[in-house]
Amino acid sequence: MLRSKAFSLLKPIPLMSGQSNLAYKFIRPAIASHGHCCHRRSVDYRQRYKTHPGSAGGRTISAPQTKVMAEEELPGVLILDIGGTHGVLENLAALLKKHFRLITMKEFLQNKKEMSKKIQAVFVFECRPIIDRELLESLPNLKVIGNSGVGVDHLDLKMISSFGVKVTNTPHAVADSTADIGMALMLASARRLVEGCQIAVSPDTKYFAVDWLGVEVTRATLGIIGMGSIGYRVAQRARAFDMRILYHNRNRRRKEEEEAVGAHYCEKMEDLLQQSDFVMVVVSLTPETHKLIGKKELGLMKPTATLINISRGAVIDQDALVEALQNKVIRAAALDVTYPEPLPRDHPLLKLNNIIITPHIGTATVQAIRMMAEEAITNMLAVLNGQPIPSEVFPK
Amino acid sequence: MEGQDLPYVLIDHIGGKHGVYEDHVEFLEKHFHLITMTEYLENKKFLSNKIRAIYMWYHRPVINEELLQSLPNLKIVASSGVGIDHLDLKLISSYGVKVSNTPFVVSTDTADLGMALMLASSRRLVEGYQIAVSPDTEYFPADWLGAEVSGATLGIVGMGTIGYKVAERAKAFEMKILYHNRNRRNKEEESAVGAIYCKKIDDLLQQSDFVLLSVNLTPQTHKLIGKRELELMKPTATLINTSRGLVVDQDALVEALQNKVIKAAALDVTYPEPLPRDHPLLKMKNVIITPHIGSATKKTRRLMMENMMESIQAGLAGLPIPNEVLL
Repeated sequence: MLRSKAFSLLKPIPLMSGQSNLAYKFIRPAIASHGHCCHRRSVDYRQRYKTHPGSAGGRTISAPQTKVMAEEELPGVLILDIGGTHGVLENLAALLKKHFRLITMKEFLQNKKEMSKKIQAVFVFECRPIIDRELLESLPNLKVIGNSGVGVDHLDLKMISSFGVKVTNTPHAVADSTADIGMALMLASARRLVEGCQIAVSPDTKYFAVDWLGVEVTRATLGIIGMGSIGYRVAQRARAFDMRILYHNRNRRRKEEEEAVGAHYCEKMEDLLQQSDFVMVVVSLTPETHKLIGKKELGLMKPTATLINISRGAVIDQDALVEALQNKVIRAAALDVTYPEPLPRDHPLLKLNNIIITPHIGTATVQAIRMMAEEAITNMLAVLNGQPIPSEVFPK
Repeated sequence: MEGQDLPYVLIDHIGGKHGVYEDHVEFLEKHFHLITMTEYLENKKFLSNKIRAIYMWYHRPVINEELLQSLPNLKIVASSGVGIDHLDLKLISSYGVKVSNTPFVVSTDTADLGMALMLASSRRLVEGYQIAVSPDTEYFPADWLGAEVSGATLGIVGMGTIGYKVAERAKAFEMKILYHNRNRRNKEEESAVGAIYCKKIDDLLQQSDFVLLSVNLTPQTHKLIGKRELELMKPTATLINTSRGLVVDQDALVEALQNKVIKAAALDVTYPEPLPRDHPLLKMKNVIITPHIGSATKKTRRLMMENMMESIQAGLAGLPIPNEVLL
């Protein structure tokens, strides 16, 4: 897989001063990174990772200035908190501390005068801390917002840019785990896994009914809306299930890329919606994709079709979805994202039995969140060192 | 053709939770004169000489010596699904009766379910669903994490049609694939899915992040995975069973899960099914159980029915029987 391959590729490359080694791996194009030769190395990496949880970051991220520097001299990075309900996880904080002086929101607010000068970057974890005008005005030396995760709809890119501050995200670190959740939701919904589980463990179950059936995934038609690095990885996986793959995207992929996964381009989203047994939404949330799937789009889908959303809740008109599910306009939905999150506890979506909802866990794996932190570190260091930025996000 | 010219085929019953599907009956009745068990018992004298085949839908009707003795013209038993551990093959064969199953049509669905269970267990999908819908949920915790499937090592025990399809799917997740099987697959088959043969099951167990069981239940595979095998597995590993419950020593599995010898289990099959309602496996957070739904899709069940029909027709015509199960 991408990360481990990159690590193994890096081994023989000597560290260049001022060049984060990790940056190299994230510059590599995601879709060009597949092959058989690295399987074994992939495993080696994982085993190292398991036995020495601290080793991967230490080995691969080599900060330029870490020679003999005292903590104060490391660039200051603002975070919400360490640990707790919404704070940066402790092991990720340890990783960040190798390259930065971490300043929590509390520390910043207690000693604003001194801290505001030190802070050169903000590490945004789970959409926190919130970046508003007031914060930006109070951080004169801020250069970069390093977002952990790929979606940046919680950031006002234009406003941030007007302060001369760059924004980076982590498209590579999230791709595999988010594609996996897409496949997990498709399979679970088709085969009614959650319902099945409830039957299997219910105190009232006396026998398993032979006429309790799901729908097939293999050989069904999958429509992918948004063919970025996650969408493409979904296609790679779905191909192994002999699925017919359609996709809709602003830009058509190159022929070779299409052929590698057997995907057919639908210039019109309507064509995709009408033909697909499973529609998977994998777009970024932008003004253009806000409520992209509404009543009309749901009405175009097959009554036997399933809608899967692993992007952002606001991409779907939720009221229209509730109605479509209640009236069997579509068969089922599987959502890793909703609007808001969590849904209000009396929301009708929580009461339907033809829906699976998961708590926004597209990147919720031990490995993925670590890679996201690593990718964010690489991006922030690149900005602070005036080097090419692997994953910069530009305002429109 | 008139109904009476069609061959008489015994079924258990039509409809309900266990019967032959009502929407299959129309198709079957074009080819056979279906006799339900109730009809047979009510008119045994006449029907016992007429019945030439048994259409065994999900283990029903039960075939025992008494039934075999009372059906002198029985030629073939067509059994749905791939497992035949519910049939006494020797006994049936001693009456000159042939047996067929439907191994190929169930394979993609069962492989898909194996992948579904692996992904769901690894990413804690069922638990996640409970968090998402629970009345008590106020926020989603950031430190609630699963483990990655992509790039992990999958050990497949039993590389038959289903095991191989699992490997094809897992390859697309860039998994490292190990397999153990009585017979090694040929080189081309191995390299097509990037699978590495482990002659010793121990090697596979020690290296795998996920161990997926897709063997037939036979005396050799009965309790194949017991205390010793579970202890060889990584403490971070997950056991997935899509074969038969008896392939795993369930008491040993309970103990292993309670003592964190392994991380989790995802089982489409148990022994018995359903488990007694007070069984400890039903109470564990790190266990997913589904109600034996490996082949439970509408399309596959239809194909199974068609396969069974073809096997019966061939058996009655004295032709080579598709999907014949040999002793």
